[in-house]
Formats: sequence, structure tokens, C-alpha cells
Amino acid sequence: MTEVLLEIDNLSVDYETGRGDLKALRNISFSLNKGEIVGIVGESGCGKSTLISSILRLTAPNTRFREGEVRFKGRNLLNISEQDMRSLRGSDISIVFQDPMQTHNPVLTIGRQMLDIQHRSSATKAEKLHRAAEMLSAVGIPDPQARLKQFPHEFSGGMRQRIAIAMALMSEPDLLIADEPTTALDATLEVQIIEHLRSLQQDMNCAVLFISHHLGVIAELCDRVVVMYAGAVVESGDVREIFGNPKHPYTRRLIDCDPGHIKERARVLPTIPGEVPDLANLPKGCIFRERCDQAMPRCTASVPPLQTIAEITGHRAACWLNHEEMAS
Amino acid sequence: MTNSRSELTQIVVGIVRDPLGLVGLLIVGSIVFCAIFAAWIAPYDPVAMNIQARLEGPSLAHPLGTDQLGRDTFSRVIMGSQVALKVALPAVFGAMFIGLALGMIAGYGPKWLDNLLMLLFDTLRSFPTVMFALAVVALVGPSLQTVVLVVMATSIPTYARVARTQTLSLRNSEFILAERAMGASVFRILGVHMLPNIIGVLAVLAAMDIPTVIALEAGLSFLGLGVKPPTPSWGALLKDGYALIRQTPWLVVGGGLPVILATLGFTFFGETMRDVVDPKLRKQR
Repeated sequence: MTEVLLEIDNLSVDYETGRGDLKALRNISFSLNKGEIVGIVGESGCGKSTLISSILRLTAPNTRFREGEVRFKGRNLLNISEQDMRSLRGSDISIVFQDPMQTHNPVLTIGRQMLDIQHRSSATKAEKLHRAAEMLSAVGIPDPQARLKQFPHEFSGGMRQRIAIAMALMSEPDLLIADEPTTALDATLEVQIIEHLRSLQQDMNCAVLFISHHLGVIAELCDRVVVMYAGAVVESGDVREIFGNPKHPYTRRLIDCDPGHIKERARVLPTIPGEVPDLANLPKGCIFRERCDQAMPRCTASVPPLQTIAEITGHRAACWLNHEEMAS
Repeated sequence: MTNSRSELTQIVVGIVRDPLGLVGLLIVGSIVFCAIFAAWIAPYDPVAMNIQARLEGPSLAHPLGTDQLGRDTFSRVIMGSQVALKVALPAVFGAMFIGLALGMIAGYGPKWLDNLLMLLFDTLRSFPTVMFALAVVALVGPSLQTVVLVVMATSIPTYARVARTQTLSLRNSEFILAERAMGASVFRILGVHMLPNIIGVLAVLAAMDIPTVIALEAGLSFLGLGVKPPTPSWGALLKDGYALIRQTPWLVVGGGLPVILATLGFTFFGETMRDVVDPKLRKQR
């Protein structure tokens, strides 16, 4: 039986700036079941980071939650106390960041940091060290006992990211947020990290929210995918369905731009022309309209709602084109 | 690999390996040794007068001669190291810890508190040290404690500013964000994660600050604002020697040389320590 773990319900988040309110997230809705891996794709500035910080409630001071809820195990995280929120962070919800070169304290040994992260546990120091070494070997760090005594700068980038994963999974969280964990690494390391992530995820049965702009990784790892554009969800559904039969022009263009997808040799890699609209001054109608080659008059008139396309797979897309199709 | 060695041993080994650091450590070590065992090392009672033997030149009995009251200059120099460290150590370490705490609060706390503390520090810093010392001495009278207090008050802002800047740059770093995302409390972030990143810089600053404070104490004593007359201080020695520089130049040497040596020693020591405490630099050496 699938049980919903995290549910983002109609979440809208603004940043108050000197130029007016920046509508960073608009009516985001999706859910994550227990033990499931959901990918979030989107280009820079589409609101992925705002989404993560909203889930963890580690937002910038000028953030305003306009509407919606972030429900984790049924509790709305946006109105629980700071103390309750802190007790969730690092125990029930964990995170791995993008840049492994920056996520460790440079002046403390890995062992010290892995001890510190278990501050909630009542185990003895020896037990905690044993657990730390166990986690290190689980992510494929050889000779973990000796490695615990080393400083972060004595590890390579790939190793540091594996350590970050080991630290994030140490408390056996129910939800792991992976914020582009492989972006800063090269391709071979990427595969290794993904392998470790998947095997640990299966062992612990924790749900993973995997943020990436690498479509290949998403296709490889995730069960479902959410495509975001300029602060809104444009398409979501089963990963095979989305990549095999994309229903939103943005998803289609994104897949076309993926170098792994290009069969013929090209001088210039394809791109999506145009720019992401100004979030402080949103255009009327569909947000992708100005860059879309299939735009219609209707797209200017009103915002297309996120419409269910296939009930069984949960495929949803926000594009007027699908309404035409379904109508005909 | 030096994994089995503790942090402290690594720092000491690092300092000793560097020739400059070794010289610094030797000088600092001998000053501290003199201060601790002054009563046993000093050949004469530093305050015992002997009018018959006044203003004698260097001899075997009196290596640095005697002053206008016939007191043995060498013994006074040895005892002077006690005064120098009694002022410098509490003043510098006191200022360092208070500055560290205030600086971290300013850097991590709310904006209004930061502004308030910065205003306070800037106000304190705007007084010239000697003027400030003059005012305080005029109010409470000259004593060892007064000198310590003045030095502390004037150097807290320096440490606090450095600690604040470090805290500010650390608070937005990704590993602190990672700690917060993993549920660390404010105290854990400040104490476990930020402190080790800041303390090294401050310790180096403190080591380099000690000679300044020793010189300042000497300066205040020279002006008659420091320790009271019979107590042998390097500044007081300089003052006595200065008046008689034409007759007995060795008195000035007796007062000046230890100040110079202390300055060099602590500076060498501090500079080597700066390179050694950074674990990143340490491995490359």
C-alpha cells in the first residue's frame, strides 16, 4: 500500500524585493510516497532551491509563504514551531547539497563531524564512531577507520559527496532531499554516486526528492518526475511516460536539448530560445508562451491549469494544447 | 601520515620544524621560564638598594651593572618579565575571549544587536590608547590591574571585529547551511562548527598582540602610569636608564633589550603558528 509521505499542496512563495514581490513559486502541487524516488527537473531559476528551502523551512528572511501547505506525514510544516521543525531536520528529513567541496567543515575531521551529526543519539562515543565507519563503508569509502581521522581537504570531490550522503543517511531519514548531488562531479563519479544512493535508498526504504537538471540521471533513478518552469509545475508523472510521451512543449524542448538524446552530430547544440520571464512582473497567460513555438491566442488569454492526462499513471500537464487534443 | 598524533602535538611539531618558529619558541619559552622561576634565577633582590655600589658598569657580579640606587639591573630585568607577562597574558587572553564571544554574537545575532555592538566597539576604538590610559589612571590610580584593564578595553574591539567578520562569512557558507539543514541548534553551530574556524585566527592575532601589550605596559610605566616604582618593570627600567643615558648606557639596554626580544619572539611564534594551525596549509608543508 502506498502511503503519502510528503505532500506539497498549492504552495505559493514570494520573495519581497525592492522591485516588488518576486513570485518564486506559484501553486506548486505534488506528492511523494514512502520509499519513492521523485525527480524534479528544471533550468536554473525555476524555483527548485526555493522549493527545497521551503520544505526545510530554511528560507531567506524576505520570504513570504503566500498560500498552500507543505505536509510531511500529515503535519503542515509551515506552521509548526521552530523547535519541532529543527527536530525533524537531520532526523526525519535529510539533505545532500550540490557542491561537495563546500558542505563539510574544513577544520574538523570527518570523524568529528560524523560524531557531531549524531548529537541526538544517546549512544556512546565508540558506538557512534562504529556507526560512522559503517556508514562510510556503505558508501564505498575504503579503510573507514583511518579515514575518519582525516580532514575534508584530504578527500576527492566524489569521496566528499559520498561522505555527505553517508552523513545524511546516518539517521535513517524518511525523506532525503538530494539537491543536484552529482552536478559538481564528472560522469563516471556520477554513476557511482547514483548507484550508492540507490542501494542505500533500497536498504533503508527512504523516499528521495532528487533535484537535477540532468535528464539521464533522472530517467535512470527516479520513479516519477516533476518538471518545473519559472516557479510552476508544467508537467508531472511517471518517468517513462514523461520522457516517452511528453505533453508539455517545455518538457519536449528540454528533452530535445539533452545531449544524451541527440543522435546526429551537430555543430551547435540545440537550445530553447528566449529567456525565463521576470518573476516580479509576470506576463499574462501561460508562462512559457513567449518561448513556445506552438503558442496560440488562448495561451495569452489565461494560465493553463495542471490537467490530468492519464489517470492511471498520474500524468499531468499544464498546456492548452492537451485540452485541444482531448476535445477533439 | 600523522593521524595518530593529536592536534596539539601536530601544531608544536610544525612550529619546531620551522627555524623562525623555533627561535620564537625559544625566546617565548625563556621569557616564560624567567617569569616563573624569577625568584630563583635573580642573583640579587631586585628591590634591595646598595648605595655604595650605585651606577656600576657591567661586571661579573652585576652582568648589567647597577642603577642609581645600587639595585642589580639583571635581577630587575628578570623580575620585570613577571610584570610583563602578568599584564600581557590576562589582558590579551581576556580581551580575546570577550572579543570572541561579543564578535560571534554580533555576527550571528539580529541586525540591531550587531549595530549596537559595532557602535560600542567603534566608540572604544576611537580613543587613543595612551589618552584613554591617562584618563583611567587619573581616575583610579596607577596599578598593574589598571594597565590590564586599559589594555583589555582597547583591544576587545579588535578581536570582536575579526570574530564578527569571520562569523559573518561563515554563517552564509554552505557547510553551516548543511548543519542547519541537519537540525543543529544555534549553540551547536556556534560552538562546534564556527568556533574552531575562528579560534585559530584569533589565537594568532593574540600571539602577535602580546608584544604590543608588553611594549604598551613598558610605555605606560615609562610615563609613570604603569606599575608603582619599586616593582621592577621593563618600562620603569627604561625610564630610569633614560635619565642617566649619558653616564650609564647599559641601563637603557637592560630595559630595552627584553622588550625587543619579547616582540621578536612572540611575532615569530605567532607567524609560524598562523601557518601551522590551518590544517590545509599544514599538509602542504
